[in-house]
Amino acid sequence: MTLTSLLIILTVISLAFYFIAKRTVLIARSNGQVFHSLPNYYGLWAGSLAFFPAVVVLILWSIIDIQLFQSWVRDFYPPEILAAGGSQAIVALAKVENIVAGIRFGEPEAWVLQAGDAWIGWAATSTMLKSAVVLGLATVCGLIAYRQIDSDFRARNGVEKLISYGLIAASTIAILTTIGIVLSVLFETIRFFQLVPPTDFIFGTEWNPQFEGAERAGSGGGEAKYGMLPMFAGTLLISSIAIIVAVPVGLASAVYLAEYASPKVRSTVKPLLEILAGVPTVVYGFFAALTVAPAIKGLGESLGLTVASESALAAGLVMGVMIIPFVSSLSDDVINAVPQSLRDAAYGLGSTKSETTRQVVLPAALPGIVAAVILAVSRAVGETMIVVMAAGLAANLSFNPLDAVTTVTSQIVTILVGDQEFESAKTLSAFALSTMLIILTLGLNFFALQIVKKYREQYD
Amino acid sequence: MTNKAFKGLSPQEATARVEASLKQRRKKEKRFRLMGLSAVGLALTFLVILFSGILTKGLPGMFQHYVQLDVVLDKARLDPQGDMSDASLFSGDADKIILEASLASIGEEGGRKTKKALRKMVSSGGSQRLIDFVKANPELMGTTQTIKFAVDDDIDSFLRGFIKRETPEKDRRINDFTIEIVDKWQEAGLISYELSDYLFFGSASRDAEMAGIKGALFGSLLTLAICVSIAFPLGVAAAVYLEEIAPKNRWTEIIEININNLAAVPSVVFGIMGLAIFIVTFGMPRSIPLVGGIVLALMTLPTIIISSRAAIRAVPPSIRDAALGIGASKMQTIFHHVIPLAMPGMLTGTIIGMAQALGETAPLLMIGMVAFIVDIPGGFTDPATVLPVQIFMWADFAERMFIQKTSAAIIVLLAFLITMNAAAIMLRKKLERRW
Repeated sequence: MTLTSLLIILTVISLAFYFIAKRTVLIARSNGQVFHSLPNYYGLWAGSLAFFPAVVVLILWSIIDIQLFQSWVRDFYPPEILAAGGSQAIVALAKVENIVAGIRFGEPEAWVLQAGDAWIGWAATSTMLKSAVVLGLATVCGLIAYRQIDSDFRARNGVEKLISYGLIAASTIAILTTIGIVLSVLFETIRFFQLVPPTDFIFGTEWNPQFEGAERAGSGGGEAKYGMLPMFAGTLLISSIAIIVAVPVGLASAVYLAEYASPKVRSTVKPLLEILAGVPTVVYGFFAALTVAPAIKGLGESLGLTVASESALAAGLVMGVMIIPFVSSLSDDVINAVPQSLRDAAYGLGSTKSETTRQVVLPAALPGIVAAVILAVSRAVGETMIVVMAAGLAANLSFNPLDAVTTVTSQIVTILVGDQEFESAKTLSAFALSTMLIILTLGLNFFALQIVKKYREQYD
Repeated sequence: MTNKAFKGLSPQEATARVEASLKQRRKKEKRFRLMGLSAVGLALTFLVILFSGILTKGLPGMFQHYVQLDVVLDKARLDPQGDMSDASLFSGDADKIILEASLASIGEEGGRKTKKALRKMVSSGGSQRLIDFVKANPELMGTTQTIKFAVDDDIDSFLRGFIKRETPEKDRRINDFTIEIVDKWQEAGLISYELSDYLFFGSASRDAEMAGIKGALFGSLLTLAICVSIAFPLGVAAAVYLEEIAPKNRWTEIIEININNLAAVPSVVFGIMGLAIFIVTFGMPRSIPLVGGIVLALMTLPTIIISSRAAIRAVPPSIRDAALGIGASKMQTIFHHVIPLAMPGMLTGTIIGMAQALGETAPLLMIGMVAFIVDIPGGFTDPATVLPVQIFMWADFAERMFIQKTSAAIIVLLAFLITMNAAAIMLRKKLERRW
């Protein structure tokens, strides 16, 4: 029985319990019996008791059984594969899984076939047991709930308790996601640091993991080096260009829209600017690679400069355009939060509008604006598609905006897209880079919040 | 302007001094205002440049050149087994029949050179098109029909003027002989330029003239379906818990901090999590909408939670008090009154979150949705790709015609996004209530 059909049967059983329980109560009520809750709640109680425990068992079982098979199948591996460990075992597992899926490449080894047959057997038994247990559990729990129906039974309280558990569970998803993110990068990062010393990674100025394969094959050609500085320099360079574009334009438009523009202009220009924020990053990347980069190269060469065809300037400029609305809408909120009384006081002393804005409003809004800029930096650092498409992959430690540089995110994507071996230092290095990226962006975020907290003026 | 500067001055002198500085100050004021205005203008110029760039490249990409050929639908050759099955049609002679039709179109018996040139001029998807035509109209078997076939992308480039006649033959992708045939077709009025049916009904292809977005569009729809069915209930439930039920304690604070942090995590990190947890640990297959949808749901969850909380907060306490006052339980108050009243705001947040998910590329690259997939995905566990990833892949292809196809796909994507955002704004305007 497939997962889908099992789920459908389970739903049907639960619905049946819902209707039967509700009907029972309705009939009893028409005979003059008085119940604590409305009939609907008795139905919901029986239905959800039939459904939820069974669904939890179903999901857990489906996750655990594959893990169990994967460990059992190791008994079939020839000793030399077990001894070699690592990537060999992963290849062996893939071979067996292909047999299970019915895919055969050439003539598989005998042990692979045996393991595949055994796996298919286990899977069949597991599915049968799973169906029996899940459907049995649903029926038993449903019956128990049905037996509880009684004029004194507080079905509504029970259902509401279940709902509140559900709500609590939903709100913990955010925590689970955070834990998931941390765990998924943490272990791989630790394993990477076992292969490459952390100091080499953090202070290294050379990055060429592409030599990894050659090094392992022993064919020479170069030593793989994992120094993260070139990527962080590239990220810094591109983000700085983006910030140099975005902050003046974004801030000045925010000031104009908040202080000068008529409501009509404001209500048309703001959504237009927000369109810039809604354009997918892949579109910006395409635009940067196809239009902006050649234009900059052409312009630079007509001035006699050497410009890389994937220059940092192109990616940075386009990224800057992307975060203009981010800066402007955050600053706009902050400027609007400055109370009108401050402005009125300045006008009363005879200041002009620009003097008020520059000497009263902006200083009052400064902490918020600084926080907005930091959040914009964090956005620029984490931005991926523009740099993947427009910034190239050359790990140059360079601060020349006309050179090609690479960034943390684009290296992560390059390494992890497509097939990869999970044991190689090259793959693991992407996880180490991700850890650094997470630390950096969360650090910036934290910093921004602290600034707002510490320097925010409370006006009333 | 401090008082000190005016000490000892008579009112007349002070006024004179202020008035003297006024001109300067007004000038400054004007300059400041102009600066703001030019910043807004600059930002809007960027918007115009971006959109006009995409539109000028993309609109031609929605069209392509077709050639009309009179095809003899010979039953014995098209359908050797005579049962109209796919296998039989596939083993038939469709390619050769098209070649003969194209020879007839230029009125030649054709030597080897002509045949060789012609074979490369009609899109290699022509035979499939012929088979589809026969399948749709079996009663026309045995007659001669005029069917439009897409021309090869090199010919299309030539007809659009990207490949110039003046270029020396050895530097051109098509030779003089081919150009002569194209000229003959044009003289005979066989070439037409119309809305590309491959763009909307075709799937991924290495041939620019046959590449389409149908598969990617279906993949996007399936992924978004998973995403919304996970993110919306979870987001609303979390928002309800945090706003209505949660006690003000440490645990709630941790949840809130987590939600704010997740909103700041770069999207590519969610992809890494999807790769490490769902694919490596749970052993789920790569490239499937199910995993893509889950990852995007986790990514958009903070957006939905934050906007849903704002919507719930906007429902005035009097509503709750009234419900509680006539004997509703806490849950009844929430589910019968607060949630329905907050629904427009929640839906707006969800639509904006979904628009974000629809345009997202990086996390999906991580979980392998970047595979070259020709089949239209039929379910949540079929390998699929999505529209932004398709754009990313096409952007990498070198052929000139792919640039236009990519821009055309971008227009489709932007049209979807703008529609979604407009819907969110409309919803907010229409259903928003002021208490």
